[in-house]
Amino acid sequence: MAKTLIATATASSSSSLSFTSGIDSTYDVYEFHFVNIHPQTSGQYFQFQVNAAGQSGFNETMTTSFFRARHNESGSTASLDYEGGFDQAQGTAYQTIGLWGGANADENLAGVLTLYAPSSTTYVKHFQTTIIHNQSSNYAFNNFIAGYINTTSAIDEISFKYSSGNIDAGTIKMFGVS
Amino acid sequence: MPDISTINGIDITTLASFGGVAFADGQTLDGQNVALAPSDTHTFISSQTASSSSSLSFTSGIDSTYDVYEFHFINMHPATNSVLFEFQVNAVGQTGFNETITSTFFRAYHLENGGSAGLGYRTSYDQAQGTGYQELTENLAGSTGFDDSSASGVLTLYAPSSTTYAKHFTSRGNWMAASPVTVDTFVSGYINTTSAIDEIDFKMSSGNIDAGEIRMYGVATS
Repeated sequence: MAKTLIATATASSSSSLSFTSGIDSTYDVYEFHFVNIHPQTSGQYFQFQVNAAGQSGFNETMTTSFFRARHNESGSTASLDYEGGFDQAQGTAYQTIGLWGGANADENLAGVLTLYAPSSTTYVKHFQTTIIHNQSSNYAFNNFIAGYINTTSAIDEISFKYSSGNIDAGTIKMFGVS
Repeated sequence: MPDISTINGIDITTLASFGGVAFADGQTLDGQNVALAPSDTHTFISSQTASSSSSLSFTSGIDSTYDVYEFHFINMHPATNSVLFEFQVNAVGQTGFNETITSTFFRAYHLENGGSAGLGYRTSYDQAQGTGYQELTENLAGSTGFDDSSASGVLTLYAPSSTTYAKHFTSRGNWMAASPVTVDTFVSGYINTTSAIDEIDFKMSSGNIDAGEIRMYGVATS
């Protein structure tokens, strides 16, 4: 079995979901699978940040890129665009991976964040994310975010949250790829 | 229903007399538990680790066992600055890593200083019935001053053992160029042969692979 479920975090009106153990040198690659992530508040951004070993505050330095495809339910608008407002250039903020999330009962976010070699003490830490979610104005958004956490320190904690309001429901599963 | 791999630790191949017997999860055999092979057949096959290597090749293990193969490249670091990470394949019985490829290449990027960001197609790195190595990145940072830079991602190869269809592949990788800049690269295409593919080679466009690991997985069998 090359993909091993390590831990699951389930939201219930949660301010954030964090994995503070299980990220180490056991696996070269970690995947975080988002299943039916539902915001309590409409129009917020779903985001993540990490801590280097021994650090706190979820504020590591990142350089990232962000582009997305979108299509609305009426069929009137569809496009593929770079999102210059949501990337980071050596920023320390939470990285947005979901845009203006819809909070209607059936709206949610799904996708996968892949984190490469978090325990390396030689290289920066690359990550890639593919997200599909309902946007609050009845769009389907398909987001592609990638970048690197610009530290040679090992990464051992990760946190997910909305830019405002709680995660009403949803599950994040952490897998190790061996 | 997955195949049975072992019964109480005894390899099924040693139990030929059970051939034709169908088991299900939770059943017992003469009071003994039956262990089934994992239903998730994302299976690690082999890995190659670079150490000032001119190339990393997988010359066995690509066959009809799996419908889909994944190559996870982790922290590929070139010995030389401004070189490209690339791959090619051999059809069965062929050599030279020069099969015909038609491919696409686009990427998003963002400089660390925030000076530039964008999304665009890169015509310099695609191929139209070309036989060159297919680029998976643009120019990597790799020389002194960029010791922490690398490229990581996944190349997926579909149905390499087919003798009917062309062989599709997709790749997504993130890497650092010397600007410094993060680049998220999407490369896809097909190897335009109906011959089975059984070998794959990864290298830098010039100079050695200083460090890095490539892990080959078999994903599924229909």
